[in-house]
Amino acid sequence: MAKIVFEGVRKTFGDFTALDGIDLEIRSGEFLVVVGPSGCGKSTLLDLLGGLSTPTAGRILLDGKPVTGPGLDRGIVFQQYALLPWRTALGNVEFGLEATGVPRRERKDRAREFLDLVGLTGFEDRHPHQLSGGMRQRVAIARSLAYDPDVLLMDEPFAALDAQTRESLQDELRRIWQRTGKTVIFITHGIEEAVYLGQRVAVMTSRPGRIKEIVPVTFGERPGTGNGTADGTADGTGPAPASAAGPQGEDLRSSPEFARYRHEIWTLLHDEVARAQQLEKEEASV
Amino acid sequence: MSTGTDTAAPAVLPAAPAPAEDVRDSAPPPRPVPDLRPPQRAARQPLRALGRRLRAVALRSAAVLALLGLWEAAPRLGLADPTFLPPVSEVAAAWWELLGNGQLGRHTWASLVRSFGGFAIAVAVAVPLGLLIGWYRPVAALLGPLLELFRNTAALALLPVFVLLLGIGETSKVSIVVYACVWPILLNTISAVGNADPTLVRLARSMDLSTPRLFQKVILPASVPAVFTGIRLAGAISILVLVAAEMIGAKAGLGYLINASQFNFAIPQMYAGIVTISAIGVAFNQLLVTIERRLSTWRVPS
Repeated sequence: MAKIVFEGVRKTFGDFTALDGIDLEIRSGEFLVVVGPSGCGKSTLLDLLGGLSTPTAGRILLDGKPVTGPGLDRGIVFQQYALLPWRTALGNVEFGLEATGVPRRERKDRAREFLDLVGLTGFEDRHPHQLSGGMRQRVAIARSLAYDPDVLLMDEPFAALDAQTRESLQDELRRIWQRTGKTVIFITHGIEEAVYLGQRVAVMTSRPGRIKEIVPVTFGERPGTGNGTADGTADGTGPAPASAAGPQGEDLRSSPEFARYRHEIWTLLHDEVARAQQLEKEEASV
Repeated sequence: MSTGTDTAAPAVLPAAPAPAEDVRDSAPPPRPVPDLRPPQRAARQPLRALGRRLRAVALRSAAVLALLGLWEAAPRLGLADPTFLPPVSEVAAAWWELLGNGQLGRHTWASLVRSFGGFAIAVAVAVPLGLLIGWYRPVAALLGPLLELFRNTAALALLPVFVLLLGIGETSKVSIVVYACVWPILLNTISAVGNADPTLVRLARSMDLSTPRLFQKVILPASVPAVFTGIRLAGAISILVLVAAEMIGAKAGLGYLINASQFNFAIPQMYAGIVTISAIGVAFNQLLVTIERRLSTWRVPS
């Protein structure tokens, strides 16, 4: 059964239609990337799924039940990190656990465990302003993972980072995903990021935002990738920790297959971006 | 200092442990290199901090000492009339005498009770009220102009009204202090709640936190710095307003002491009262600054 189902979802703000006719099915344990021009309603899509707003029409099902509000079964990772500046890295991860029923004593241990998972052992007592952008986002990811949601919603989480940090975090995210078996919905405007991360890439149109096409991305040589992994997670065992995509990641990004996928998505997006810019210009001149 | 070594390390020593961010790139699974910089820095800190502190104290007291010197010299050199501006040594002698005969203690106590009492009541009322008004944005928008109007009405202009309504006793004096202190705290608290990082609010909402929880864990700590700015303003105002109120109708208090001394032409005593008030003001502000620092150590040093 599909983990998440969008059924004819529509969202309007006054006269403005942000999303229209969204039909989408996401399997359990899948890594789906949504890519689209700016202002196409990608973030609105995530808000709806996160329960932060409600659709104007249609419905969203999570495990077969309609989404009626926010919940700890979904964790959101924001572009701006959203860390509590008065708390340490450890305190921020604990913040995620405080909302759950985890007893106080266990929280600290769990938080340490998840900071370790994102490679931040030794930084527990730093405040956010003492951490780099990449480290802050790691803390935010650890926080979202700590309360063990089934679904991880990521809203352009790496957009504010420099290219190198972004690539290393992409590798890390794939590793974490493979290890934890979470269902990930990842929003981005970066085509390379979409191809590199996604098992499927949903390309959106602009104004109103619709799903233009869904491109399945499979690389033969990448371990733990492709449609195979999703099935292993359904029964709760999770896939075996696959070897990380460190040096292979570089190869992958420069492989002809990668270029082909990138071009395919670029072509799909190209017209949309041009159209979005035209619309923006028209609006600005009014 | 530490950033210098950071950037130099990879170039000079290729094998040196790079910052954690780069370690991820080449080999994701191993643990990050434990950061050794903070302990070293901490070890060197006390000595340096002491030196810095001494210099800062010297620098800051220099101007005050110069002022005192000028105060002593000007009347003695005939630059000012010693009748109206007695040298600081005479003022100090008068202050000592007032302290000795218990007058200073009595007046200071009377003033402190009134101003701290009024200040405490204002904090207790304005902070919760501000949080409430700030949270309900339509209410904040509705009341905003009214609050601005009250804030900008000089509290002392209303003193006659307070005296009319509440009489000339303690109630009217404490009330005017409460009134004057409430506005800066209230307005700062309202804007603090309004300015709380919307991403943090979204985060809390996405985690399905209840509104009281959201307040306790996000809004309240995020508001502390701005609320404290208001509280510090109110602290200064509480003394300012009280002294003026005491000059109008009182039988005790530093304002009364200053006014009565002037009336009886006890000029050194008058200055002794003034100096006491400014010392109280400085001490009170310093206390509030210290509390503020304790509560907001996490702030980005700017």
